[in-house]
Amino acid sequence: MFNKLYIFYRDGFKNMTVGKTLWLIVLIKLFIMFAILKVFFFPDYLNTNFDSDESKANHVRQELINKSN
Amino acid sequence: MELLDVSLLGWSRAQFAMTAMYHWLFVPLTLGLGIVMSVMETLYVKTGKEEWKKATKFWMTLFGVNFAIGVATGIILEFEFGTNWSNYSWFVGDIFGAPLAIEGIMAFFMEATFISIMFFGWNKVSQKFHLASTWLTVLGATLSALWILVANAWMQYPIGMEFNPDMTRNEMIDFWSILLSPVAINKFLHTVFSGWVLGALFVIGVSAWFLLKKRDTDFALRSMKVGAIFGVIATALIILTGDGSAYHVSQKQPMKLAVMEGLYEGKTNADLLAFGVLNPDKKVYNDSIDPFLMKMPVPVPGMLSFLGYRDFDAFVPGIKDIIEGGYETPKGTALPFTEKKARGKAAIRALADYQKAMAAKDTISAATYKAVLKENYAYFGYGYLENPEELIPNVPMVFYSFHFMVGLGMYFLALFVVVLFFVYRKNIEKQKWLLWISLLTIPLGYVAGELGWVVAEVGRQPWAIQDVLPVQAAISNISSESVKLTFFLFLILFTALLVAEVRIMLKQIKKGPETH
Repeated sequence: MFNKLYIFYRDGFKNMTVGKTLWLIVLIKLFIMFAILKVFFFPDYLNTNFDSDESKANHVRQELINKSN
Repeated sequence: MELLDVSLLGWSRAQFAMTAMYHWLFVPLTLGLGIVMSVMETLYVKTGKEEWKKATKFWMTLFGVNFAIGVATGIILEFEFGTNWSNYSWFVGDIFGAPLAIEGIMAFFMEATFISIMFFGWNKVSQKFHLASTWLTVLGATLSALWILVANAWMQYPIGMEFNPDMTRNEMIDFWSILLSPVAINKFLHTVFSGWVLGALFVIGVSAWFLLKKRDTDFALRSMKVGAIFGVIATALIILTGDGSAYHVSQKQPMKLAVMEGLYEGKTNADLLAFGVLNPDKKVYNDSIDPFLMKMPVPVPGMLSFLGYRDFDAFVPGIKDIIEGGYETPKGTALPFTEKKARGKAAIRALADYQKAMAAKDTISAATYKAVLKENYAYFGYGYLENPEELIPNVPMVFYSFHFMVGLGMYFLALFVVVLFFVYRKNIEKQKWLLWISLLTIPLGYVAGELGWVVAEVGRQPWAIQDVLPVQAAISNISSESVKLTFFLFLILFTALLVAEVRIMLKQIKKGPETH
């Protein structure tokens, strides 16, 4: 079963034509998105600045109250 | 209101809009082309004709190119939620998170499993199993869209939740009312059908190119026939669900409807405009200046009243009415902006007082404030608005986007019908003018889809969540410079992806069906 699956995918990837270029684009894209953009430019604001759900909730509550003043 | 960094809000919105609009360049073709190739493969399995298999493989390759380039571009929107829109992300809690999580899991497992069988499985699995995999790949992509659109629909019509002041977040209390909300169902169908229309336009446009080049004529004629029939069906469905959208917008977001139609003063027996030119001198919602330089209503009196309320004589509130209130609705007399603002302020004040009472362990007072908050929560977002003008979305942008979108939809229907007519007369290859029009119409399919999103999203401003949270309260307290920087990084990344997509697509199209 697993051997059959392995051969199925191995042959599939081996016989790709345009697919090889596409896979390269997908991999480069995912690398840029997750290894560069997410890590260096898109930290999760609340997770980075607060440790617990309670402190996140307090922060957002305070923001919502302050922004209305 | 505390000093708001307008630049931060502007850049955050611009970044989100740009990301969503680029993402939407890839998604609709996946949805539409997926159906076309599945139909063709079904015809192959049913008839055993190799020509259908050849056509299926050609369109499947283009589907693969579009799918691969577009995949995961939507994840960037989730990055933005966490960084730029953290107040919003926390505030919506699991209501937004649950559908997105289901989407991630469903998209990954369903599409990843069946797409590999679809591409690698020719001659390796049975015809029927392969066909099932093709349909399931498309179904997976469509269901992915469902969950995203359910989340979006909730922002336009928030239901099935209760605000928990201890956690400052909305908690889901009725999953099914969120999933089966009429706004969500209609939005899902309308959006998916718009993808179908684009897929049909793409197929007839590319087929027209082959006919103009006098190449692969049999393949092009087959594709054109499937594309045109599919296009007629898809356009009819989009008109039907467009009617549903107008109905739901008028019930749940009357300001959006008023802006879509440039309607400042409400009226009974209101006409629907076929087109109009807005008067740029109209600056204030309650002045006496005519909002139009010229306008042309559709020749059915009271059509807007009928679309919005299923009654030709119904009263459709205009921008001024919605701000000043006083008109009758099924829920009673509409409140003026001033009253909604007062209730919103009361809700926010109650949240602040609740916080203090809980800190002082004064549970009796806390219960009182919680009750006040609950009573006024439906107007929570109005507490952040100072002037009634803040309630009005950008009228020209929404008005023109809506009318161009509808006009394009009608044009697409006419195009599909004419193409089908000549296909059945078996002389479409001689209609060079029609072939050129078909080819040149492909970009207009994308334009129509983007305009639809402009109407939906710009038309609901200032709200991130309708009536509950305006965009200025939803953003994070971060530097606008970082948002500006990432805006341009995304612009470069997405443009590079788009260029790659177009180049690879063109290369594959030029190769023709014989090589697939």
